[in-house]
Amino acid sequence: MSFFPLLAHHFLPEVILTIGVLALILVGAWRGDKAFALVNELAVGVLGLAILSIALSTKGETSAFDGAYMDDAFSRFLKIVALASSLGTLLLSTDFFRRAKLDRFEFPILVLLATLGMLLLISADNLIALYLGLELMSLALYVMAAFARDDGRASEAGLKYFVLGALSSGMLLYGASLLYGFAGTVSFSGIATAIAGLAPLGVIFGLVFVLAGLAFKMSAAPFHMWTPDVYEGSPTPVTAFFASAAKIAAVAVTARILVTAFPGISGSWRQIIVALAIISTVLGAFAAIGQQNIKRLMAYSSIGHMGFVLIGLAAGTEDGMKGVAIYLVMYAAMTLGVFAAILNMRVNGKPVENVSDLAGLARTDGAMAFFLAMLMFSLTGIPPLGGFFAKYFVLLPAVQTGLAWLAVIGVLASAVSAYYYLRVIKVMYFDEPAPAFDPAPLAQRGVLAVSTIFLLGFWLYPAPLMDAASAAAKSLF
Amino acid sequence: MLGFGLLSGVTFLPLVGAAFVLLVSRGGEDEASLRNIRWATLITTIATFALSLVAWQRFDASSADFQLLEEHAWFGSGLVYKMGVDGFSMPFVLLTTFLMPFAIYASFESVTKRVASYMVAFLVLETLMIGVFCALDLVLFYLFFEGGLIPMFLIIGIWGGKRRVYASFKFFLYTLAGSLLMLVAILAMYQQAGTTDITVLLRTQFSSHLQTWLWLAFFASFAVKMPMWPVHTWLPDAHVEAPTAGSVILAAILLKMGGYGFIRFSLPMFPDASAQFAPLIYALSIVAIIYTSLVALVQEDIKKLIAYSSVAHMGFVTMGLFTLTPQGVQGAMFVMISHGLVSGALFLCVGVIYDRMHTREIAAYGGLVQRMPLYALVFMVFTLANVGLPGTSGFIGEFLALVGAFKANDWVALLATTGVILSAAYALYLYRRVIFGVLEKPSLKDIADLSPREIAIFTPLLLLTIYYGVHPQPVIDASASAVSHLISTHSALIDAAKLASAH
Repeated sequence: MSFFPLLAHHFLPEVILTIGVLALILVGAWRGDKAFALVNELAVGVLGLAILSIALSTKGETSAFDGAYMDDAFSRFLKIVALASSLGTLLLSTDFFRRAKLDRFEFPILVLLATLGMLLLISADNLIALYLGLELMSLALYVMAAFARDDGRASEAGLKYFVLGALSSGMLLYGASLLYGFAGTVSFSGIATAIAGLAPLGVIFGLVFVLAGLAFKMSAAPFHMWTPDVYEGSPTPVTAFFASAAKIAAVAVTARILVTAFPGISGSWRQIIVALAIISTVLGAFAAIGQQNIKRLMAYSSIGHMGFVLIGLAAGTEDGMKGVAIYLVMYAAMTLGVFAAILNMRVNGKPVENVSDLAGLARTDGAMAFFLAMLMFSLTGIPPLGGFFAKYFVLLPAVQTGLAWLAVIGVLASAVSAYYYLRVIKVMYFDEPAPAFDPAPLAQRGVLAVSTIFLLGFWLYPAPLMDAASAAAKSLF
Repeated sequence: MLGFGLLSGVTFLPLVGAAFVLLVSRGGEDEASLRNIRWATLITTIATFALSLVAWQRFDASSADFQLLEEHAWFGSGLVYKMGVDGFSMPFVLLTTFLMPFAIYASFESVTKRVASYMVAFLVLETLMIGVFCALDLVLFYLFFEGGLIPMFLIIGIWGGKRRVYASFKFFLYTLAGSLLMLVAILAMYQQAGTTDITVLLRTQFSSHLQTWLWLAFFASFAVKMPMWPVHTWLPDAHVEAPTAGSVILAAILLKMGGYGFIRFSLPMFPDASAQFAPLIYALSIVAIIYTSLVALVQEDIKKLIAYSSVAHMGFVTMGLFTLTPQGVQGAMFVMISHGLVSGALFLCVGVIYDRMHTREIAAYGGLVQRMPLYALVFMVFTLANVGLPGTSGFIGEFLALVGAFKANDWVALLATTGVILSAAYALYLYRRVIFGVLEKPSLKDIADLSPREIAIFTPLLLLTIYYGVHPQPVIDASASAVSHLISTHSALIDAAKLASAH
């Protein structure tokens, strides 16, 4: 297939985003700082168009650019999830940045650039493409973390994220160079062929470093140290973006590299993933108990959830990848919903972030309290909410591959985590009301309502999502 | 319509009612709309009961098969939406739908804040409870079983007493921790059998090593739900803090899910493990019967006393079930149904005086018979039924369970029988302190007797308690063929296992 048809048939979303970014920079440059609202709306349009182009695209599997990128059902599935999360982030950010007097047109453009990086990352099929996508995403994220540049906490968050992120990129790069040195190729499938039969020690070393770098991006413990501070310090819409889209891309590429590059040495990487999973679920469960700031609480909660995703990855089977895909959808919906609720927390124009500020919300804003409560039950994993099915479909393959003990650790950790999710509900429903929140803009209420209703109603008609996830998992193998 | 049948109708009708209540509640909190909310809820529960009677009409108790089956594709791989009832589940469905109108009617005056949410929570809870008994797919069962935590947590936490937060957390976390282990076991069963269809799993033989683990995981869940000693401690807290209707539903129906789980899953699916662990169950049951009866004896709080008595009665249930004799299992079923009626009614009795005096301290009462003769009569009948006096429904079940225990093990039966005496002690002691004596507390001087609404609530329960005491056959017949089927397949499986190990 020649160049342009290839782009049009298989990489249309990336093309749309690239053109969109370039065009929007021009719009911003011409209209100056007043352009924020316009650029933001156009960026939403660009993302919507990208989602549409995937939904309408040709199906099938194509490797492109000498095996650098792969367009398959797995990448399409996760690209839609990542794009939808970015879109949600943009919807959530308008009001926040305007009120914080940070309404600069660069922000939506950075979101688009980061999203482009994620799409490349999700499609990456060799080590160089992986690194390029990862850096494009990360560099945009570093700037976004420090976007509130006059705020000490945000600058700290940006700096922390940058320094630790650079370190993890270095580790990843070091691992990648080892892999290249010992396997003689950068392509994932090439590595698999090269190490078939006997994996040299250098490959194992490389694998460890690459996994450490990726674990950092998905904030799996023990590579999670940046998470609470960055979550707390960054502007809230940026935190929502970190928590949802960025992690989806990192998990996607981890799944792909494990399955396509190292199928022969699954024993070696499984123990790493299992260790990460155990530490993440347990740490996520216990460390969140003492948190008063709801953004920090969500940081630890996300570490715990990444632990569950890793349980699915540890299984390493097709069912496991299907579970991971479903988990990411549910996780994105829950995260965006919760952060929409956090953005609604505003008293007399000032944002508040403590769990105690939610006191008595059931009486001051019943709808928001109900939605947030359902999100908390979903994060706990109580049926019939979406969070339960997410857990179910990652635990099932774990049990099937003889990791029942890991599933037991996971569910016990989630029983512990129930305590702090319940505490949020308790504060909202059982306590006496704190000052009521300001009326929230429609977009934020909309994101909160849509994500909650999706999680509440998923069990009524699960077939489309389940089929798509099955197809996605199948295409990986 | 979409091919959904009667059981789905019974299960989801309350949910439809809940949606309707939400619509009605948009009118605000004025007197007229509150009245509409209350009546809409009551009518929904009555309609659900009527519909469940239709299901009962079509149910053939002489067959041990699952009936009124419905099956739809759901999640693809293995999970199906499958509903059906047999002799074990049908009585519980009826018990649930029968008791809900009373619970709702009893809340008409005692609940005044956030009425619409309260009614919606109860209706959602009803859907989930009926679903638990109708589900014929393990994951569907789990969904209903665990989903019930959400409304109950809110009911205790929002409308409960002083220590409601503590009680609601304890309730939630205890039950959650137990059932999550069951979830892992469900996954393991799915891996073995390739399906979560209960009818298929009932015919699947798990290896005896796996059975042990599965049995323990299910035990963790059902023992907490039941609750069995020593994981019963959430129950007194939850009961004491829950609003009256919450206590009624908790005691009458939620506790039965544990027993139902043992009958539906542990006994038939893990026969070897059940036989192996029977001594453990006996021991825990005996401790529950004797120890919690003694604890009940010294309680200062009426609700707490009844809560401990529930634990003791559930001891009879677990003991009866694991004797695996027809009488024992039959007795356990009967105890559960009868306890559903009696303990529900007892909590309603407590609610009557709590609504008037706003205290549950036993010491705050005394001599009520002077002012409330009707109440004294009602409370007496239910107290005696709780004791297990012949002629009340409480007697039949306990007697059968003890007969079963005698067949299985003399000592177990002997020790359990002391529980009957102890239950008489704490129940009659409670009755004496509350009802008899001199009416000397000034606050009690003009306490009013039962109102027409309360009489309307108690009359059917009272009649049914006595009716089943004199004529227990309907309840026994409902589950008889299911019981004999359970016992015969169980002994066949055990024999097969013995044969296999002999070779």
